[in-house]
Amino acid sequence: MSWHVAEQPLIFARDLVKRFGDFTAVKGIDVEVAPGEAFGFLGPNGAGKSSTMRMISCVSAPTSGELRILGMDPVRDGTRIRARLGVCPQLDNLDPDLSVRENLTTYARYFGLSRAEGRRRADELLEFVQLSDRAGSMVEPLSGGMKRRLTIARAMINEPDIVLLDEPTTGLDPQARHLLWERLFRLKQRGTTLVLTTHYMDEAEQLCDRLVVMDGGKIVAEGSPRSLIETYSTAEVVELRFPDGLDSNADYAAKLDGIGERVDPLPDRVLLYADDGDAAVAAVHGRGLVPSSVLVRRATLEDVFLHLTGRTLVD
Amino acid sequence: MMTTLVARRVARVSPARVGAVIGRNVGALRSGPAYWIVLVSGFFEPLLYLLSIGVGVGALVGDLTVAGRTMSYAAFVAPAMLAVSAMSGALSETTFNVFFKLKYMKTYEAVLATPVRPVEIAFGELVWATVRGSLYTGIFLGIMVALGLATVGGALAAFPATVLVSLAFGAVGLAISTLMRGWQDFDLMTTGQFALFLFSGTFSPVQNYPVWMEVLIQVTPLYHAVELVRGLCLSTYEPGLAGHAAYLIAMVTAGLWFAARRMEKLLCR
Repeated sequence: MSWHVAEQPLIFARDLVKRFGDFTAVKGIDVEVAPGEAFGFLGPNGAGKSSTMRMISCVSAPTSGELRILGMDPVRDGTRIRARLGVCPQLDNLDPDLSVRENLTTYARYFGLSRAEGRRRADELLEFVQLSDRAGSMVEPLSGGMKRRLTIARAMINEPDIVLLDEPTTGLDPQARHLLWERLFRLKQRGTTLVLTTHYMDEAEQLCDRLVVMDGGKIVAEGSPRSLIETYSTAEVVELRFPDGLDSNADYAAKLDGIGERVDPLPDRVLLYADDGDAAVAAVHGRGLVPSSVLVRRATLEDVFLHLTGRTLVD
Repeated sequence: MMTTLVARRVARVSPARVGAVIGRNVGALRSGPAYWIVLVSGFFEPLLYLLSIGVGVGALVGDLTVAGRTMSYAAFVAPAMLAVSAMSGALSETTFNVFFKLKYMKTYEAVLATPVRPVEIAFGELVWATVRGSLYTGIFLGIMVALGLATVGGALAAFPATVLVSLAFGAVGLAISTLMRGWQDFDLMTTGQFALFLFSGTFSPVQNYPVWMEVLIQVTPLYHAVELVRGLCLSTYEPGLAGHAAYLIAMVTAGLWFAARRMEKLLCR
């Protein structure tokens, strides 16, 4: 059997566990990320995504299980691994005492880059994230999107093999999100391995080649966005609203039983999971039901996500 | 035991990364006036005490005889204020500034995502605090020489001792920062600092106090700093100075060891 170095996973975790006192944040997960892949951790708040990310970024030691990053042990070789990682944390921790450009040049020094090299890369990265005209500005007047782009530029100052992004677009407006996605997509095209957490399904569909859905510290599903939809959902979803909906949607669901593969009553609408949406709608009318609105759409990752992690609000 | 633990941590410290931690503070200094205001204002307090109490009250007190040597009251107080300026310079850097970076600015979280390790942050901040403390004492010694309160030789001998005082209080300040819960704890610290400032043989020889107080004072850190700096300023070399220096060196070691451990615990959970 032939064995190629290139096929060695950049991130390899077996039965990885993280406990904080009595609380177990990560309950034994297996993950492998291949070079050049864009890999996503999806899950509601408290699913254990950030704890996993902190272990991968070598700032938090695993409680048990095996973890190898770039073939090394994060506890023993933390310094060497971190030299090759780029980390974009969930909350911006840019340095408000420094200018935009100095945030990058100062960071370059932590990686042992020379001043000249730091300046060269800082200018290049500011160009890449479209912040060149703000180079001399302090961090505080920047918008949320600009700060996030600067954080991503900072994460790339050491030309990392893996970029870790913890909820990269949370809290950003649509324009800022799309600009960020476009920049991340370029990174991916250059062959940089991306690992991100998100609870935005559109983000996961846009960026991830492969993802895992986490819930309650465990991995509940794994695959490409398409294969997850195929496995855990029907091809189409029919959204029905009834004039006297709200409290009586459960009753309607009972009346719809048997149409499509699954019926899911929500407070404001009823979802019908069916491979052929139009046929399902015809069946609804056939039973003499008259919804006030009907929408047939393709299934999305969001349907998978809600199916797997439930509809209960987690804070 | 503790020394070997410290030695093990120190062995892997990269001077380049410690330098980068210091460089961040130099960058902050260049970026705006805010940091300068903090720097400059910290310098004046001991100087104002020297002028008001040492020179002003000193005119009422007259000359003082300590350990068989007669000197002006101002000459007695000045080395103590010198030690105080080293203490307050280093301590305010590693408490106020470090605590803010640790707790609110999350500066160190960003730094620890790089190859830099907690112990290197501790070293870098301590060196920077010592630079600040020594900048204060350097200027202060110049003023002492100008006012005729110290000879040039005495000033040159005392300067390295003030560097040690900055290191000692800076290291203890780092340790304190990792224990602080919020700003209310700073009130506790400044009260403690003020008590040290008043009683550590600063304004009157400790022999003037009842024996139990004298013993108590001799356990606290600023007393040793004052005695060491005063001995060197006044060129009264005696074996006791080595003991004072040893006390301060122990502060540096214990403070750094504790701070590096706590930082790791706080930031690498």
